[in-house]
Amino acid sequence: MTAMIDVHDLVKNFGSFCAVDHVSFAVPEGQIFGFLGPNGAGKTTTIKMLTTVLIPTSGAIRVNGHDPQREQHQVRRSFGIVFQDPSLDSELTGWENMELHGVLYGVPSAERREKIESLLKFVELWDRRDDFVKQYSGGMKRRLEVARALLHKPKILFLDEPTIGLDPQTRNHIWTFIKSLSKEQKVTVFFTTHYMEEAERVADEVAIIDHGKIVAQDTPIALKEKTQAKTLEDAFIALTGHTLRDEEASSSEQMRIMRRVWRGR
Amino acid sequence: MRAVYILWLRQIKRYSRSRARIIGSLGQPLLFLLALGFGFGPTFAKAGGGDYIQFLAPGIISMGILFTAVFSGIEIIWDRQFGFLKETLVAPVSRLQIVLGRTLGGATVALIQGVVVFFICLVVGFRFERVLFFPIALIFMFLIAVLFTAIGTAIGSVLEDMQGFQLIMNFIVMPLFFFSNALFPVQGLPKPLQFLIHLNPLTYGVDGIRGAFGRGFLFGLGTDFLVLGTLTAVLLAVGSYLFSRIQL
Repeated sequence: MTAMIDVHDLVKNFGSFCAVDHVSFAVPEGQIFGFLGPNGAGKTTTIKMLTTVLIPTSGAIRVNGHDPQREQHQVRRSFGIVFQDPSLDSELTGWENMELHGVLYGVPSAERREKIESLLKFVELWDRRDDFVKQYSGGMKRRLEVARALLHKPKILFLDEPTIGLDPQTRNHIWTFIKSLSKEQKVTVFFTTHYMEEAERVADEVAIIDHGKIVAQDTPIALKEKTQAKTLEDAFIALTGHTLRDEEASSSEQMRIMRRVWRGR
Repeated sequence: MRAVYILWLRQIKRYSRSRARIIGSLGQPLLFLLALGFGFGPTFAKAGGGDYIQFLAPGIISMGILFTAVFSGIEIIWDRQFGFLKETLVAPVSRLQIVLGRTLGGATVALIQGVVVFFICLVVGFRFERVLFFPIALIFMFLIAVLFTAIGTAIGSVLEDMQGFQLIMNFIVMPLFFFSNALFPVQGLPKPLQFLIHLNPLTYGVDGIRGAFGRGFLFGLGTDFLVLGTLTAVLLAVGSYLFSRIQL
């Protein structure tokens, strides 16, 4: 099996702080790969480097066989992404957000219209396509983001905490959808989450990252056996310890809070 | 090119849908036009300057453009923190296309705003003498719109959050407006102030618009156009460069 994502000895320093510390892993094509870790472990930083928006300090990355730094556009065409924070334009309608994405990715207009319709129907937003995104609930926004990420038929889907703050129904809906996607269309899925039972249910393989280093990587079942834990959550705590992590509140974190207060997510 | 177009269209849609923003950003120019125009009118006339509204209107039109343009550029900070920018940055289009789409969109919005202020000026009593020169005034309005959107883009690319907002307002936007020839004639001012005003790109824009409407050029059509055109190109390049260096 070829590796869809191949990371070798990846390092990212912010000043003297090492956010990602000599990380290596590979994700085979068609796999659902869970990237788990406590707050501030380096998950989002890794995703940013994989998706061309952050330049690594050192190390090698291959996404769909391309280098995110030197072959940005090939890499960008290969993946779709749902970010940790919402990335929709709330002043536009659901349809317009999809349309904008399709044009940016160069999807031909006839195909674009068809694909938008089928995806919006699939995430059950077709009836609300002409409503502004600011009128959507948190779950609807997430569904729209997943649909949007799939519009240009990516080979890899990155999901950075896709189910945070959603009700069980929506979470279930999203994961069922993603599972079927990986099975039917062989899309490789790379996700992070804090919900261990989700990772346990969905992931073929998980890697656990802590303080920038990968401390374990295996199937959920094997990890549970290794740590003699009943659930993945217990295994996770056995591997990463009980200490609480205080992420330093960056300006973007503060604005995130501000936004939640003002707009409601 | 399709990417530039769709991002341009996005700015236009956002603007046309936000009635509060349209009316809100018309308030300030209107206030200046009415309060200063009628307040200083008699003094200006007594001093031999003629009808102050005729002098002031091009300055107020420029003001409307300046404010809208800078803020359209600075919107990058919002987009950056609240997500939408990421969506464009991971798309397989060059940063130059993104920045061009955004800047042209912001500039178009600012230009529309300027034209609306122009019509308000007409209502208040502004009269222009050379109808045929209206397109020339429009070109100058568009140039300053692009120039100041590019400045906003440059600032927005460097700043991380909105904390610096007041700083930009008080140390960049307001001085650009007050230290120009928008409100008063340059002739006879203290030398240091004159020098400052000559460094300000807005001065050349106001002069171009004022001249085109038949109120006489201070520097001449060619000089205004050359200075403004060059500066616009330079700032567009600076804005694009700073934008291209954004990492998330």
